[in-house]
Amino acid sequence: MAMTDAHPTGIWSWLTTVDHKRIAIMYFVVGFAFLLVAGFEGQLIRLQLAAPGRDFLDPDLYNQLFTMHGTTMVFFAGMPLVVAFFNFVVPLQIGARDVAFPRLNAFSFWVFLFGGLFLYASIPLRAMPDGGWFAYMPLTNPEYSPGPGIDFYVLSLLISGVGSIAGGLNFLVTILNMRAPGMTFMRMPLFTWMALIVSALILLAFPPFTVGLIFMLFDRSFGTHFFDAAAGADPVLWQHLFWVFGHPEVYILILPAFGIVSDVIPTYSRKILFGYPVVVFSGVLIAFLGFGVWVHHMFSVGLGPVVNAVFGGATMLIAIPTGIKIFNWIATMWGGRLRFRTAMLYAAGLVATFTIGGLSGVMHSSPPADLQQTDTYFVVAHFHYVLIGGTVFGLFCGFYYWFPKATGRMLHEGLGKAHFWLTFLALNVTFFPMHFSGLLGMPRRTYTYAEGLGLDVFNLISTIGAFIFTLSFVPLVWNLWRTWRRGEAAGHNPWDASTLEWTTASPPPHYNFAEIPTVDRRDPLWHPYIEPESRRAGDEPGGAVPRRQPDEPPEPVIMPNPSYWPLVLAVGMLLMTIGALGSLGLTLFGLFVTAVGLFAWAFEPPFGEEAH
Amino acid sequence: MEGPTSTGIPNRKLAMWTFIGSECMLFGTLIATYMIYRGRNLVPPYPHDLLNIPFITVTTFVLLMSSLMMVLALAAVQRNDLRATKLWLGLTALFGLIFLGGQYYEFSHFVHEGLPLSRNLFSSTFFVLTGTHGAHVAGGVIWLSTLLVRTVNGKLDARHAETVEIAGLYWHFVDVVWIILFTLIYLLV
Ligand code: HEM
Ligand SMILES: [Cu+2]
Repeated sequence: MAMTDAHPTGIWSWLTTVDHKRIAIMYFVVGFAFLLVAGFEGQLIRLQLAAPGRDFLDPDLYNQLFTMHGTTMVFFAGMPLVVAFFNFVVPLQIGARDVAFPRLNAFSFWVFLFGGLFLYASIPLRAMPDGGWFAYMPLTNPEYSPGPGIDFYVLSLLISGVGSIAGGLNFLVTILNMRAPGMTFMRMPLFTWMALIVSALILLAFPPFTVGLIFMLFDRSFGTHFFDAAAGADPVLWQHLFWVFGHPEVYILILPAFGIVSDVIPTYSRKILFGYPVVVFSGVLIAFLGFGVWVHHMFSVGLGPVVNAVFGGATMLIAIPTGIKIFNWIATMWGGRLRFRTAMLYAAGLVATFTIGGLSGVMHSSPPADLQQTDTYFVVAHFHYVLIGGTVFGLFCGFYYWFPKATGRMLHEGLGKAHFWLTFLALNVTFFPMHFSGLLGMPRRTYTYAEGLGLDVFNLISTIGAFIFTLSFVPLVWNLWRTWRRGEAAGHNPWDASTLEWTTASPPPHYNFAEIPTVDRRDPLWHPYIEPESRRAGDEPGGAVPRRQPDEPPEPVIMPNPSYWPLVLAVGMLLMTIGALGSLGLTLFGLFVTAVGLFAWAFEPPFGEEAH
Repeated sequence: MEGPTSTGIPNRKLAMWTFIGSECMLFGTLIATYMIYRGRNLVPPYPHDLLNIPFITVTTFVLLMSSLMMVLALAAVQRNDLRATKLWLGLTALFGLIFLGGQYYEFSHFVHEGLPLSRNLFSSTFFVLTGTHGAHVAGGVIWLSTLLVRTVNGKLDARHAETVEIAGLYWHFVDVVWIILFTLIYLLV
C-alpha cells in the first residue's frame, strides 16, 4: 500500500490502525482517562476519612471504591501508560519502522480497553468488586462474596491480561530483532533496555496470575475447590499466586520509569549516563531478584521464621541494585550543566521521592518490623511514594520529554513547572502523614476511625493533599489546551538529546525513518569531542548517524496495512467474557467471532504489495 | 519489512520461543498446584481409584509418535516433497485427534464413575490441568489442519517451511508437557 502519502484520518483509520505511534496515543488517552477516574475514587476515599466517624460513604461503598481504585490504577492506568511509552518510544529509539507484530499490537490495545470497560460496567450494574486489588481468598469465594462483583474483577483482568502477555511478547521480539544495524545491546538507550526487561517480566509473571484467576473463576462458577479449605485445599495458595505475580508487577511499573529518567537526566545534565553498564545490569538484577521476594507481602500469614527470614533477606538485597541506580543518577547530574526543564524536575523529583518510598520498603522487609506495619497506613504511604513518586513522576517526566516529539509542539515551561510543584507538594502532603497514622496503628481498608486516637490531624492533612492533587491537573490541562491552540513548533531535537528518536521529524512520519540509520556508538547524536553549540549547527564529522533524517525517503517504504481483524478478535473475546457472567449462548457466539477473527487475520496479507 | 533481523532468528520463530517460555510458567503453575495438592484430597474418589495407566500409556505413545510425524512433515516440506508433507501433516493431526479422543473417553469415564469437575480437590486439579493441556492439543490440531488444507490447495510449499517449523515447535512443546504430566499424574500416582 502506498504509505508515504498523507496519513488518513477519521474514526475508521483509528479503529484499524496498526501504527505504533497511533496505538501509543490511544493507550495514553485511555490510560490517562482511567487515571482520572481512579484518582476521583481516591479522592472520595479521602473525603470519607477527612475526619473521624464520618458517614459520607457507607462501608460497602467504601470497600468497592478502594478495590476499584487500586485495580484501576495498577491495571488500567499504570500498565497502559507504561505500554503507551513502549509503543511510542521503543521503535524510534532502536531505529525501526514499527514493532515486530503491528496487528498484535493493535489487538493488545483493544483487549486492554475492553477489559477496562468491562470492569466499569460493574458500576451501572451496581456490582462493583469489593475484595481489594489482591482479592484474597476465602473472602472472594462464592459464599462470602456472592453476586457478580468479584466476577467482574476476575474476568476483566483475565481479558486484559491476554493483551498484556501479547504486548510483552511483541516488545521482546521487537527489541531483540528489530534494532538498526550497529545497535548492539550495550548501545541501546536505557528506556529500551528497561522495556526489554519489563517485557520479559510480563511474559513470566502474568501466567501464574492468569492461572490463579482461572482457579478463582472455576471455584466461583463451576464449584471447584482450589481454595476450599474444607476440601483439603489451602486458600493461601491464592496469595502465593497473586504475589508471585504481584511483586514483579510493581517492577513492571517502576522499571520503565527508571528507564525514562535514565534517558532524561543525561540530556538535561549534558553528560552521558554515569556507569551505563552498571545501570543496565542493576535493572536486570532487580527484575531477577523480583521473582524471589513475594513472601514479603505475606509475612503475617505465618509461613515460619525460616521462610520469612529468607524472603526478608532477599527483599533487602533488592535495595542494593536500586540504590546503585539512584547513585548513578546523582553522579550523572554531578558536575553537569543542569537545565531544569519540567522533565528534568520530574526526574530529579523521582530520585528524591522514590528514595523515600524505597526506604520505607526496606523498613518492612524485616519481618518483625513488618508485623507492626503491615495492613496499616504505613504500607499505604510506602507504595504511594514508590508508585506516584516513582512510576507516575517517571511517566510525567517522559510525557514532558517526548511530547514535542509526539506532537511537534512545545509545551509551556511555566505551566509545566507549576504542574510539577503541585504534584510534588500533593504527594508529600497526602502521603507523608500516613507514615505517622500508620505507625500509630491506623488499619488500611477500614472505612472510618474513632476520635481521640491521635489520627485526626494526620488524616485531615492527607485529605488536603488529595485536593492539591486534583488541583494539579489544572495547569496540565491548561497547558495541553494552550499548546493545542498555539504551541511553538518543536523541530527535530529540541532538547539536543542523544538518541535516535531525535533524528526524525516531530511528529515522526508514519514510517519513522526515511532511511534506517546505522549506529556506531552509544548516544549516537552526541559526538564525544564536539560541543553542543557546534553540534547544533549541522552535521558533524565522524559519526554514522546524521543529525537529521532526510525529509523524503529515497526509496519506497513498505509499511504494514491497516486491519480491522485485531478489533474483531478483541470483540469476540469481549463477548466471551460477557458471556462468562452467565450466558452460554453469548460465550459460544463470542468464540465463533474470535475464531473468525483469528482465521481472517492469519490469511490477511500483512504488508502491501507495492509502495509509493 | 521482513528483512534480516538483529539476531538472525526470524521474528515469528523468536515469538514462538518466547511464547513457549511464557507457557512454561503457565503449565509450571498448574503443575505446581497439582503437586502441592497431591494426597490432600479428602473426598472419594481418589486418583488411584480411577487412573488407568495402561490406557493412557497407549494414548501417550500415540501423541509421542505424532511428534515423529511432525519431524517428518517438516523434513518433507523443506525438500518440497508435497505429497509426503500432506501425509505427515495429516498423520500428525490425526494422532493428535486420537489422543484427544482418548482424553474425551477418560473424562467421560471419570464423570460416569462419580468424579464430575466439582467433586473434590482431585477432580478440580486433575481436570483443569489435563484440560488445559488438551485445549492446547486441540489448538494444535486445528493449526495443523489449516496447514494441511493449504498444502492441498497448493498454497504451501518449501517457501513456507518456516511456518511448518513454527507449528512444529509448538507441537513438540505440547508433547513435552504431556510427558511431564504423564509422569507426575499417572506414573507417580
Ligand atoms: C527498595 C525497594 C522496595 C522494597 C524493599 C519494598 C518492600 C515492600 C514490602 C516488604 C511490602 C509489604 C508491606 C506489607 O504489606 O506489610 C511492600 C508493599 C508494597 N510495595 Fe514495595 N518495596 C520496594 C519497592 C516498591 C516499588 C518500586 C513498588 C512499585 C512501584 C512497590 C509497590 C508496593 C506495593 C503496591 C505494596 C503494597 C501491596 C499491597 O499490600 O496492596 N514497592 N513493599
Ligand atoms: Cu513486593
